[in-house]
Amino acid sequence: MSEEAFEAVGDYKYGFHDPENHTIRFDKGLSEQVVRDISELKNEPQWMTDIRVKAFKHFEERAMPDWGNCNLLESINFENVTYFLRSSDQTEKNWDDVPDDIKNTFDRLGIPDAEQKWLGGVTAQYESEAVYHSIREDLEEQGVIFLDMDTGLKTHPELVKKFFGTVVPHSDNKFSALNTAVWSGGSFIYVPKGISVEMPVQAYFRINAKNMGQFERTLIIADEGSTIHYVEGCTAPSYSTDSLHSAVVELVAMEGAKIRYSTVQNWSNNVYNLVTKRAVAHKNATVEWVDGNIGSKLTMKYPSVLLKGEGAHAEVISVAYAGEGQHQDAGAKVHHLAPNTTSNILSKSISKNGGRSSYRGMLQVMPKASDCRSKVVCDALILDENSRSDTYPTMEIGNSSADLEHEASVSKVSSDQLFYLMSRGFTEEAAMGLIVNGFFEPFTRELPMEYAVELNKLLELEMEGSIG
Amino acid sequence: MLRVENLHVSVDSTPIIKGLNLTIRRGEIHVIMGRNGAGKSTLANVVMGHPAYEITSGEIHFQGRPLEELAVFERARAGMFLSFQYPAVIPGVQVGTFLKKSVASVRDDPPKGRAFRKELNEAMSKLEMDKSFLSRYVNDGFSGGEKKRLEILQMLLLKPSLALLDETDSGLDIDALRIVSKGINEVAPEAGCLIITHYQRLLDHVKPHYVHAMIDGAIVKTGGPELALELEERGYDWLDAAA
Repeated sequence: MSEEAFEAVGDYKYGFHDPENHTIRFDKGLSEQVVRDISELKNEPQWMTDIRVKAFKHFEERAMPDWGNCNLLESINFENVTYFLRSSDQTEKNWDDVPDDIKNTFDRLGIPDAEQKWLGGVTAQYESEAVYHSIREDLEEQGVIFLDMDTGLKTHPELVKKFFGTVVPHSDNKFSALNTAVWSGGSFIYVPKGISVEMPVQAYFRINAKNMGQFERTLIIADEGSTIHYVEGCTAPSYSTDSLHSAVVELVAMEGAKIRYSTVQNWSNNVYNLVTKRAVAHKNATVEWVDGNIGSKLTMKYPSVLLKGEGAHAEVISVAYAGEGQHQDAGAKVHHLAPNTTSNILSKSISKNGGRSSYRGMLQVMPKASDCRSKVVCDALILDENSRSDTYPTMEIGNSSADLEHEASVSKVSSDQLFYLMSRGFTEEAAMGLIVNGFFEPFTRELPMEYAVELNKLLELEMEGSIG
Repeated sequence: MLRVENLHVSVDSTPIIKGLNLTIRRGEIHVIMGRNGAGKSTLANVVMGHPAYEITSGEIHFQGRPLEELAVFERARAGMFLSFQYPAVIPGVQVGTFLKKSVASVRDDPPKGRAFRKELNEAMSKLEMDKSFLSRYVNDGFSGGEKKRLEILQMLLLKPSLALLDETDSGLDIDALRIVSKGINEVAPEAGCLIITHYQRLLDHVKPHYVHAMIDGAIVKTGGPELALELEERGYDWLDAAA
């Protein structure tokens, strides 16, 4: 890393960047031709090209959302984004074959190390496509499919065609349309009936180039009675110009299956992170979103679960940290479509140094969905006068047998808590770090330990030098 | 160890302590008794450095240094400890993590790993505390007695040179009082102790060198353990004239 690059990084540990080497780089800007070029380059079946083009037309016609942070949304310049950048001609199975710059970056992010210690498989995506991919042999032998999405489409076109866009249609919102039009990379997972994948599998998304747009597309299908835990991490260099990350994630949990999807999003503060994540849970299935939003300039993300089968369960645990210049507009949506379905939503946010966090939630119980239970808890912690926290909960209850609980709290760190900790030898910053880690604890305890430790360190770092 | 000279303290411009003098040396146990509102807790909090209290005049020296030079965490690191009357709740922070970090912040040569666990286990068994305490959140959902026991546990681990105990005996049953006293007696020989209490019964277990009667923000009478008995018997009215 050059001196110059290092200076630009500031406090953000992952803000370094590599030289922009590429084998294919599209000119900035978006058009139907760009969409067709991406599809052609990937040698896709005609039906996928058609979906892309259709989605592009919808994107062009669709207005920006008139809610959320409209000013920031309107400031996105879609013509100043690179929509496709291939940095390596192949997806390698051995880290030694990955180009040196890129391998070094993932080394610094600790991915190969984590892979050896506790992961069942890893996909590393750099810009538009996966540069590395591997899965443990025993999982492969059990019939578990874990591929990058491009390879998934090539090798399992019938499965992809059956499920692609069924959970998040391209017309869902402007950004799901954009993603469907220009998607590249992401993960494709199929877990066969009755198979439990004990070790988590991980995808790591890294943006390196300036003004890059990353549009990964993930589809996870857990067949009857199977379980899988998928973990994703994301970082990007700190640049003065903006990048755009707009993913679509679709999860399908068949009868009795369980999917846990854990994210710690730590984009640099120049990334717009506009993501649609949704799951369908069939009879007695469980879907858990464990969603952490620490970085980015603007995040709009509301992991959702459609409880379609009787007895299905949804769990959404999310945290958001909004520091200087950040707006975290996050939350959860759960739709109870069938009887005896249950859900728990826990959302925690921290705003600091003028940061803004918003909880936006939707809880819906359809008329046919009798005897549903749901609990929603939102806690906000505001660390100073300049920061802001808002809550926008929506409930649509169509069946009176529903058992619902909703709790919301907004709090500040009390001077008694600080004094108590300081009397035990903690500096004010360390005391604040401990309180903040404690506040997020219901989230961090759900993460794999390595992630939890990393997140706690990150938050302690955020508290340093912040007391004035 | 601690020298307080002609101390005046206000809270929100209301004078609470009005000309208090007190000197505590190493190895001495001092007890302060007085009515509610006499300024006893204010004294303990102001010595520890609570930001809500303003010293309007007078001086406090700790280990020969003017106290105002030291931030709260520096006082802790220099060996001062306050057992809180109402310890704060820190949600989501496990007692074990908190103790480990606190010991690491305060002690010059903190025990690590196995050595820390050994010390922790010994201190907990002295205080008859179950190991399950360690995975609970700091003071979250604790009973009054549990909170006080955690305070004393911290005191044993932090090994202070000056221990301020603010009504640590209040609300304890006989067994808890005995256990808490055991903790105080363990720390006392190497430290200066200031015990704020309403009750003589603590003194069945802890033998003070000095007992002070505090009335309206000042110490009006100082004696030995017999004064505590007298105060419990006669109340404070007979001292009002001295205030």
